[in-house]
Amino acid sequence: MDQGCIETVWRQESRRVLATLIRLLGDFDRAEEALNDAFLAATERWPQDGVPANPRAWLVSAGRFRAIDRMRRRSRFARIAGTLAVIEEGEMATTAEPIADDQLRLIFVCCHPELPPDAQVALTLRETCGLLTEEIAAAYLARPATIAQRIVRAKARIRDLALPYEVPEPKQMLQRLDAVLRTIYLIFNEGYAASHGETAVRVDLCAEAIRLARLLRGLLREPQSELEGLLALMLLNHARRNARTDPAGDIVLIADQDRSLWDRAAIAEGAHLAEAALRMRPLAGYAIEAAIAAAHATAPTAEATDWARIVGLYDLLAQADTSPVIALNRAVALAMRDGPEAGLGEIDALLAAGPLTGFRYAHAARADLLRRLGRRDAAREAYVAALELTQQGPERRFLERRLRALGSPPP
Amino acid sequence: MRYICLVHFDVQATIAAMSPAEQRQLDIDSLAYDEELKANGNLVVAEALQPPENVVLVRVRNGAMSATDGPFIETKEQLAGFVLIEARDLNDAVRIAAGIPLAKYGTIEVRAMYEIPQHEQPAG
Repeated sequence: MDQGCIETVWRQESRRVLATLIRLLGDFDRAEEALNDAFLAATERWPQDGVPANPRAWLVSAGRFRAIDRMRRRSRFARIAGTLAVIEEGEMATTAEPIADDQLRLIFVCCHPELPPDAQVALTLRETCGLLTEEIAAAYLARPATIAQRIVRAKARIRDLALPYEVPEPKQMLQRLDAVLRTIYLIFNEGYAASHGETAVRVDLCAEAIRLARLLRGLLREPQSELEGLLALMLLNHARRNARTDPAGDIVLIADQDRSLWDRAAIAEGAHLAEAALRMRPLAGYAIEAAIAAAHATAPTAEATDWARIVGLYDLLAQADTSPVIALNRAVALAMRDGPEAGLGEIDALLAAGPLTGFRYAHAARADLLRRLGRRDAAREAYVAALELTQQGPERRFLERRLRALGSPPP
Repeated sequence: MRYICLVHFDVQATIAAMSPAEQRQLDIDSLAYDEELKANGNLVVAEALQPPENVVLVRVRNGAMSATDGPFIETKEQLAGFVLIEARDLNDAVRIAAGIPLAKYGTIEVRAMYEIPQHEQPAG
């Protein structure tokens, strides 16, 4: 029994214990205080008494006991005395099912649609994943004070609006789950794109997002196609992480990636999940996106990619989601199936329609097709247009390399 | 991680306006909170400061020391004390700061400690 053991228990149990304490104590800050108390009690008692058989139940009970004790000492105010009575009478369930529900409650309240998206992300990463405020700030290249305020305000909003700490009713489940999945996907994409600046040492947000999706999957009683699809999509994209950049940190396109660097186990799991999700009804957008990612990831070579299937999946996706970004991706796939000319026509039409004119990938995709058609001047113009819209270091270097290959120096 | 909670408040507008019983209660609450933080393993050190009338400002310029009196910055809210704490992260520190009894009257500035990097001495 040493400090290392308590550290391990903290990593494994602290989020679960917190989730239950929030329910029992009715307040985030009080629960966090109680969680600290519980672990302090553990460092005092466990070295002598040994680790209890059920450390989680022990910690919940210790935290609750100390919270009540603390509130009694402060209970000069009648208001707190009332709360205290409620807490003391509250059920003390520490069996598996309510604990799972407490974790779900925590996820659903952190991703409540009444909270702004950036607050949902910060709150979820801190309370559900257990990241420190400073780690979240580093991951988002934000100041710790900004993230701290975001979390404080989100908690105040939860309190002020009295957002219920509960698992949504089946009727609302789909809609509320949608908000949770959007938050998880935001976290994943931030890690995946590392959208600002150079890549530096950052908390692995992709791994956190995948962990969250797995946790959620284990907690929900009914399988949900959105969640299965999202987990599959994230696994398949994350499986290619070691091949997406070269040792210098430059982008390697999927066609040029060394497929032996892909994580085969993750691809197998992702493809399996994607296939199952695609058969579930109602069909979820994430399931179709996952099936597209699976088609890429399971192709033995870039040339062997089943572009006809990918175009078909994009057609299906476009029925559910009329976003121009999906139409752009479909155009790129179409160019692979039917030749650059076909894709170029689609992209030109999309750009003429307006909403994609400020989207760097639209210009980069157009430039690539023009390059393949040998239209060097037009390609150069399109690469320059893409470059003007690009901030991120590795993406800029990629476009500059393409410009140099066309025989013209970057502007 | 370590954080310092700098307690600023307007002595004239708060303490001076309190009844002796209220002042006494504030003292009791402040000491009790220090004890609580100590019991929780959060407290490194907590001190209250004398009023800024007794401040001496010391500077060394071109090898010469000067000492002047008066508060460093003329504001209504003056530094009145500090609590150096050990907290899990910034939000944990904010939670602890919010429990400081004087937070009800003044402002607590929460700042993370900065570790001065150790530089190698140039050779020779």
